[in-house]
Amino acid sequence: MNLNDLITQTSEWLKGTGAHSDIVISSRIRLARNLIGATFNSRASEEKRNEIISLLRPVIKSTDSLRNSLWIDIDKLSRLDLQFLIERHLISHELAGGEGARAAIISEMETISLMINEEDHLRLQTIQSGLALMDAWRIVNKVEGELADRIGFAFSQEFGYLTACPTNVGTGMRASVMLHLPSLVITRQIEKISQAVAKIGFVVRGFYGEGTEPIGDYFQISNQVTLGQSEEEIISNIEQIIHQIIGHEENARQFLLTRRKKQIEDRVFRAYGTLAYARRIDSNEAIKLLSTLRLGIELDFIKNLDHHILNELLIAIQPAHLQKLNGKALTAVERDIKRAELIRKKIKK
Amino acid sequence: MKCEVCGKNTATVHYTEIINEELREMHLCEWCAQQKEALGKPHFFTAEFLSGLFDASQVFTEKQTEKCAQCGFGHSNFQKLGRLGCSECYQTFKEQITPLLKRVHGSSQHVGNVPSAHKGIINVRKDLSRLRQELKTAISEEKFEEAARLRDKIKEIEKNITATEKSDNESQ
Repeated sequence: MNLNDLITQTSEWLKGTGAHSDIVISSRIRLARNLIGATFNSRASEEKRNEIISLLRPVIKSTDSLRNSLWIDIDKLSRLDLQFLIERHLISHELAGGEGARAAIISEMETISLMINEEDHLRLQTIQSGLALMDAWRIVNKVEGELADRIGFAFSQEFGYLTACPTNVGTGMRASVMLHLPSLVITRQIEKISQAVAKIGFVVRGFYGEGTEPIGDYFQISNQVTLGQSEEEIISNIEQIIHQIIGHEENARQFLLTRRKKQIEDRVFRAYGTLAYARRIDSNEAIKLLSTLRLGIELDFIKNLDHHILNELLIAIQPAHLQKLNGKALTAVERDIKRAELIRKKIKK
Repeated sequence: MKCEVCGKNTATVHYTEIINEELREMHLCEWCAQQKEALGKPHFFTAEFLSGLFDASQVFTEKQTEKCAQCGFGHSNFQKLGRLGCSECYQTFKEQITPLLKRVHGSSQHVGNVPSAHKGIINVRKDLSRLRQELKTAISEEKFEEAARLRDKIKEIEKNITATEKSDNESQ
């Protein structure tokens, strides 16, 4: 497998399967770990960064769960490839924009990915389709265990796993769930829900996590507290919250169907019309309209489309994906044309 | 009453907080209460806000000149990065980090997963607290022979823990 092979496959988490996949796009667990006794990356020399990589490389390559995975030297990648990996949620902006020796490891089907020399020496994550945090935790915990048995990670009885930033210390775990909440946006309840969620120790973010504004009614909810609660507690708390939010979204959908049917139907078919016939479309507009179309599928207005096609499009219409698909660099205008072409082809099937 | 977070100023803000369905009484000084309120707002995980928090929290002001023996990390680095220099920094700056962790996480004690290499000592600690409880019961029930036996056992375990931790620190 090499980097260019990824473009031909759909990431496992976009397949639209798993529990509550009408509302929950995906579940993600990320762990932050550091090697014992080594300086954290913000203060590490290039020599030290290389040492971290040469220490981790043989261990990772011979780890059972990571057999056949793809090793990528991030510092040798072009900007386009970096952007491509970010768009697929396989690496972070911070890793892409960092300095010095860095690496990413991607498992077959892209369910597990590791980052070396990001903020911490090692970041491990898994993304699963639908609401599946416990499954995700088991997967990532297994990989972590296999690695920990052979290299050991910085840990203290009092503070738990030691991380470069004190906001991650303890479990080093961030659990996040990506939700599609169009009805809560339309009925103007999302603001209240975000505030309530924030008050009990969770964070609401946009599609690409930290520092991103929500677009197209996609929201990521994750834990803010990593210390003083066990991994299972954090997961079960966040799952409870997610179930409640799902309930609110379902109620709002029911309300729209019974009280605003024509209005929503009109909105859905206008979005469908634009997507099916537009000759140029920018990514913001496309994401917003695809979000409305997805709602149309869930409310059964649109019967010949499946939400996994829309999940796939969400990633495929991003700038780096369009350029990789077309095999060349494209200007913004050229991308808008190619984007419209791709969407027409996919949703007219 | 002193503030629960900084332990210095008088607590003037009293309220009950629900963190993940657990009720907790909080008694804070005005400064720490303001910090906590700011942290409760969404989108706070930006680098700017964090470094602002570290600057404002006066965490390092008392020991501005102290440096981590392992990585040379000190106050000014923390101000600039909002991050620590190495795992040893948690030990070096423990006094200052602890209130900060309480502020961010509502706790400063890890309760999650433990690497297998550390599990032994944690079980020993659990045994220790069970023995201490038994000792209390024995004393209150005036079973002094039993109490003496328990006391000796506790002393022995404590000695072992200190020895293990010492060798752990030396090997790191």
